[in-house]
Amino acid sequence: MAIEAWNDPNARPMVELRGLSKRFGDVTAVDGVDLKVFAGELFAILGASGSGKTTLLRMLAGFESPSAGQLLIDGVDMTRVPPYERPVNMMFQSYALFPHMSVAQNVAYGLKKEGVGKAEIADRVARILDQVKMGHLSGRKPAALSGGERQRVALARALVKRPKLLLLDEPLAALDRKLREHTQFELMNLQDELGITFMVVTHDQEEAMTLSSRIAVMNHGRFEQIGTPEAVYEYPGNRFVADFVGSINQLEATVNRVDADRVLLECASAGCEMEVVSDAAPAPGSDCWVAVRPEKILISKAPPETGRVAVKGVVHDLGYFGNLSIYRVELPTGHMMKVSAQNRQRSATKTLEWDDEVYLSWEVGSAVLLTD
Amino acid sequence: MRQRATGLLTVAAFGYAFLYLPIVSVMVYSFNDSRLVTLWGGFSLRWYRALLENEAVLSAAVLSVQIALASATVATLMGTLVGLGLHRLGRFRGRTLLTGMITAPLVMPEIITGISLLFLFISLGEWIGWPTTRGATTISIAHITFSMAYVAVIVRARLAGMDESLEDAAMDLGGRPLQVFIDVTVPTIAPAMISGWLLAFTLSLDDVVIASFVSGPGATTLPMLIFSKVKLGVTPDINALATVIILLVSAGVIAAAWIGRRTPAGGSG
Repeated sequence: MAIEAWNDPNARPMVELRGLSKRFGDVTAVDGVDLKVFAGELFAILGASGSGKTTLLRMLAGFESPSAGQLLIDGVDMTRVPPYERPVNMMFQSYALFPHMSVAQNVAYGLKKEGVGKAEIADRVARILDQVKMGHLSGRKPAALSGGERQRVALARALVKRPKLLLLDEPLAALDRKLREHTQFELMNLQDELGITFMVVTHDQEEAMTLSSRIAVMNHGRFEQIGTPEAVYEYPGNRFVADFVGSINQLEATVNRVDADRVLLECASAGCEMEVVSDAAPAPGSDCWVAVRPEKILISKAPPETGRVAVKGVVHDLGYFGNLSIYRVELPTGHMMKVSAQNRQRSATKTLEWDDEVYLSWEVGSAVLLTD
Repeated sequence: MRQRATGLLTVAAFGYAFLYLPIVSVMVYSFNDSRLVTLWGGFSLRWYRALLENEAVLSAAVLSVQIALASATVATLMGTLVGLGLHRLGRFRGRTLLTGMITAPLVMPEIITGISLLFLFISLGEWIGWPTTRGATTISIAHITFSMAYVAVIVRARLAGMDESLEDAAMDLGGRPLQVFIDVTVPTIAPAMISGWLLAFTLSLDDVVIASFVSGPGATTLPMLIFSKVKLGVTPDINALATVIILLVSAGVIAAAWIGRRTPAGGSG
């Protein structure tokens, strides 16, 4: 997207949720969420199972009726509109291809129900199947297709209706690793080409990070944080997000002094004083956490240059992953720190061994201060 | 190793012989030229010819097929609705009880089903004046009551194996609930309905106990006729008749099993 619509106060959202809730008996699956998704976005809802993301998706599609709140699509209230009258289509996790219909019949189904003329159906089906590179298999039954091929058909079947919003339920979950990477980029290209708003539901943070323009991290039926992948990863809003998206070290600390955006802390986990950059301006004496991503930490035998936050420790464990090495370093307090280092030089891989005394250091601005 | 295999084969052969020798002997002796059932007098088709000329047998056969057709069709429709209902209602208190109750007629002794239905028809006759006489209609109703349980069980099993999101997908693509049912649900459960129908058909064709209870004057099904004839002594034409029925019934059962297996339920296979 050329301009970031979510930063433009006058932009009209394609999808708008206003205090949307869903309760099943005494269980609140979705708890009063507000959200604006803009035209052409590839928006990901990221959450663990039981976070309410699937219920939210089913409400968007119209399979579940909200207990409270409002759901607008392109400015029209869709809260009580049945699924077959919504300008929304979905690609199911199981793909849900009709087993008794051929690929072409599967794709044509939605157009038939819409009452589109025969010639136009044939034309549109052929075009979309070509677009997902499935034209040569249009006569096959779903049972005779591979997983990746089924996914393309499912995608074509949803897209051929030209929905205003396409919902994707764990789109890459059923594919093997090689195919995932490939499909991921194809999805992004297709989305770019068609300009349809995509909403993806996933439990896989890697999938969410690479696919989407923005991510909403969901937990216990609420959004913990909504932002671009970079914002969510680099500036997690709370401990849950920090921990759920990627890997992170969290150090317990108490605020000593606040000096503009510089916060001086007494870090209990590391057993020393520490400086962090933050706009949060926490009250002196309050508890907080310092969060540092493993790749932001430099591991060295020699003392680091001044100006960096540094702690001492002992290598407890190391794992070699080819392109990078993961170290688990024990601080004098017993706290374990995870550090990852790129193996830029072949010789570099063997310079550190078990029980080596090392310095861990990071730039003041690389750590994040979390207050809850 | 080899010895063990031979031993197993012998046991298996013995078991199958036990199961099928009586049936095979009936079939073989149906081609017996002799008037005596137990004495082989050469190959002949005379008992089949005699069968075709026997008015009583032919009309009983026609009645049996009519009842089987009617009861299988109604039982399939009703059993399908029951299976759908049990599947759709989801989880609720008493679901296990209801599900168990639908399978009860499968294990209920036929004689009890027969007696209870006879009582029902007599009582109904007294209360609402229907049925005035017992015959083909009451037999059909009786057959529907027990064979629809079979259909319900088969359809429910098929639905349990169906990908739930198929119906969601059809609705998502613009299908209204009734269209979704016709476009997606029915094709998915069709194999179960067909095998259920075939099973109901053969069950009805087989039944002698229940039919004997709920039948009336003038309505004699083929199994009833055979049973009454055998009481007077086994004649070779019974062998011929039995052979025809065996072939019909096994064709039905094999077709039911084949259709059930050939088409896998569920989403993307």
